[in-house]
Amino acid sequence: MDSSVFFGLSTMAYIIAMIIYITYLAFRNKSVGIVATTITIAGFFSQTIAILMRWKEFNDISGMGFLRSAPLTNLYESIIFFVWCLILGYLIVEFRYKNRSFGAFVTPVAGLALAFIDITGMSKEIHPLIPALQSNWLLAHVTMSFIAYAAFAISFSTGLMYLIINTEKKNQPAYIFWAFTLGVFAVLLISMGIDFMTFKVAVRPEEFIKNYLFRASFMNKSAAVRIISWISTISIIFIVWRFGNILKTVIEKFNISSQILDEITYKSIAIGFPIFTLGGLIFGAIWADQAWGTYWSWDPKETWSLITWFIYAFYLHSRMIRGWRGKRVAIVAVLGFFAVIVTYLGVNLLLSGLHSYGELK
Amino acid sequence: MSEEKKTFIDRIWDIFASVKFAIVIFSLISLTSIIGTVLEQRAEPERNINILTRLFGESLAPSLYNILEKLGFMDMYHSWWFITLLILFSANIIICSIARLPRILKLIKEPMKPMAREHFETAPIRREIVLKGKPDKIKEAVASSIRAIGFNFSESKEDKGYQFYAQRGNYTRLGVYLTHLSIIFILIGALIGIAFGYKGYLNLPEGRTAVAFRFSPPSGPIDEMNLERILNALEASWGDISKASELLNMKEKKLKEILRKNGIQPLGFSIRCEDFDVEFYENSNTPKEFKSWLTVIDGGKEVVKKSIEVNDPLSYKGTTFYQASYGMIPNAPGWFVLRLTSKSGSSEIKRLNFGEKFVIPYSNIEGTIRDFSPALAFDKEGRPFTFAEMMNNPAVFIDFKEAGRDKYSGWIYKRYPLTGRLPEGHIVEFLDLWGSQYTGLQIRKDPGVWIIYLASTSMTVGLFIAFFMSHRRLWVMVIEDRGNTKVHIAGVSNKNRPAFERKIGRMISLIKERQQGGK
Ligand code: HEM
Repeated sequence: MDSSVFFGLSTMAYIIAMIIYITYLAFRNKSVGIVATTITIAGFFSQTIAILMRWKEFNDISGMGFLRSAPLTNLYESIIFFVWCLILGYLIVEFRYKNRSFGAFVTPVAGLALAFIDITGMSKEIHPLIPALQSNWLLAHVTMSFIAYAAFAISFSTGLMYLIINTEKKNQPAYIFWAFTLGVFAVLLISMGIDFMTFKVAVRPEEFIKNYLFRASFMNKSAAVRIISWISTISIIFIVWRFGNILKTVIEKFNISSQILDEITYKSIAIGFPIFTLGGLIFGAIWADQAWGTYWSWDPKETWSLITWFIYAFYLHSRMIRGWRGKRVAIVAVLGFFAVIVTYLGVNLLLSGLHSYGELK
Repeated sequence: MSEEKKTFIDRIWDIFASVKFAIVIFSLISLTSIIGTVLEQRAEPERNINILTRLFGESLAPSLYNILEKLGFMDMYHSWWFITLLILFSANIIICSIARLPRILKLIKEPMKPMAREHFETAPIRREIVLKGKPDKIKEAVASSIRAIGFNFSESKEDKGYQFYAQRGNYTRLGVYLTHLSIIFILIGALIGIAFGYKGYLNLPEGRTAVAFRFSPPSGPIDEMNLERILNALEASWGDISKASELLNMKEKKLKEILRKNGIQPLGFSIRCEDFDVEFYENSNTPKEFKSWLTVIDGGKEVVKKSIEVNDPLSYKGTTFYQASYGMIPNAPGWFVLRLTSKSGSSEIKRLNFGEKFVIPYSNIEGTIRDFSPALAFDKEGRPFTFAEMMNNPAVFIDFKEAGRDKYSGWIYKRYPLTGRLPEGHIVEFLDLWGSQYTGLQIRKDPGVWIIYLASTSMTVGLFIAFFMSHRRLWVMVIEDRGNTKVHIAGVSNKNRPAFERKIGRMISLIKERQQGGK
């Protein structure tokens, strides 16, 4: 048996857990909740085994020693690790706050991240490391960055939930903001799904992402398809905006106080920020310094991590301004995660840079 | 007049001391940086016009490009306004910290005082327990429980009882300021690097020695004659500038200036590339590692020998050499390096020219190198061709003769030593075409980098203190209440209150336990 079997099992477990968590959200039956948690934990164990096995496989192939063989060398492996951190973080929150309702928000993120791997058809193969990537700093840099990203992902979900339950009127800026955010997420996921269905069959998978992302919708050759895509985008955002109050009642059923949501948002950022500073920015700079003799070169990936850092610094400081608690800081937390996504995926997908790390091969 | 002026300065000071201003700066730096990641920095104009065309269409792109170019967006991180933003940011942190520090220091130094009885009712964390017995009997259990949760307390006498008060972590309030100060030092380190460091690039062929490298194009016309004379003198003195200036009969300062004008940075010593080699992953064109064997020569003596790789540079006297790239030297007079091992096991290493004969030891088999390819492959018809210009798969074609008669011939690959096994059991290994490649070295001197590393460390320490440690104050009053004892507890923590509450909860259960035990 190889690692892919266990990866498959964990993906399945998270998707089943997602369905059960959502069922739990609807019926609030305690034993349903326990089943959801159990399946999530089983998925987590299976994923842990899979990661360790892949580590060993890589070590056997590369022969470069255990530390340098950590399975964190390409986008596929980093997404797997991100999901692992996210689930671990979620389980900690579930046990500490004795509240399962976040599960319905976190497991979809995990499931979709794993689905994203297939949607984009990115390479799952073990590639030998090019010389620039053979550094122990890189291991520390990548591991800690993803731990931080997972913490930021949690603050994103709780920040968004905070906004959902604290807005009343549809013309309120905060309401429009979260409806727009959710709408955009939905559009991105749907359009990637369409890409998948149209191109997975027709195109060699390894060519897929750089060339074909959004080619079935926003970047299609036919102007009609492009126009329809934009019209659908606007309609989806409109639907979320129009029927957002349904979401609000669902979340409100759970008696999660907005105070707890605010606290979890702050705490995840308070954990993520120092880890990101040390692992993402400082270790990244040390690695670049060792490899290329420049600790900072303003390439897009570095600059976007700096932007992310500034947005979360914005979040931390805005809490100190009188009258800035609550909705406004929650908006900043949500925006911060947008910057994380651009740093993590956008720079590789949309912008090009010095960084060979994370290139989709 | 003077008063009005003062209020103006005050107002500026207040702006710089405010967190609101910090938020404005954070936003400005982030937003402008985004543009800098979309446009390619320091790139050819066409590339950015292309990007703008894709984003805004053909009609808008050229004029948009001109506007953005005028605003400095094509090299925005070095533009005057971005640097101004960074200066404002630094001023903001400094002034904001100066404005707050006195109050924080006072808070830290302030000794704890007992709390007035009525304030126990309004403390952020408050607990009350009633215990049987007189305060005198309970006092010890309370004191030891306070100690058990890590507080070193002071004690005062109350009417009908006692009060204990203690604080911990008052210095953790400085964590934030350590972080802020470190950010300033990181910027200072970067400035020092820009002002006193240099960076350049050197292609050093195998076997050659360098005493200087180019860090920028020459500013103005080059006086070739003069420059060559100077470089020769530098080489003759192994890179030692004062010796070179003696040789040239020129002031050292003048010599340095001429070199700088020509965009040439002397090393102050010399460096030689002994050898360069690329290792590939098996059956693949992915390089596994590239390696240069370097020797530093200072004052005519070899002082350091080290092989460098990507991620493993060589430092000497503050100058660091990084393995950056490599390449072939066209028409280089290289030496073929072969290892000849006879059937009986005796082996020797030969350096040969193209077409030169060699004899395998203890045999009468004679070989001649007839052909070479840096990257050999065969097409469908089995004809050899060279698939790359780099040494991806170097191979030599050798004719073998025995006693003057043609015997056999074939390709011997460097990457596949088995190809050199002859039918008689002799082995001919192709080790290298020495002198045909150069190593591309990135050279850097940055005296600020240590400041940056230290400041990064202290910034991290500051952040961990700021987020994970807190200033906690605790007051415990033990007083008699209708024949029993009432214990009033008050606590204040500047952050993470729930954790402190748990700690106080533990103290309470300890008090109860010890009180019963003592009975
Ligand atoms: C990107 C740069 C900066 C970083 C990383 C940073 C970091 C921090 C951190 C981690 C905290 C503690 C936050 C918390 O406990 O929730 C903090 C607090 C603070 N920062 Fe910054 N900061 C930065 C820039 C600034 C600037 C420019 C100012 C200027 C006004 C500023 C003013 C403050 C103040 C007033 C506090 C509160 C201090 C206290 O609680 O005593 N910071 N900073």
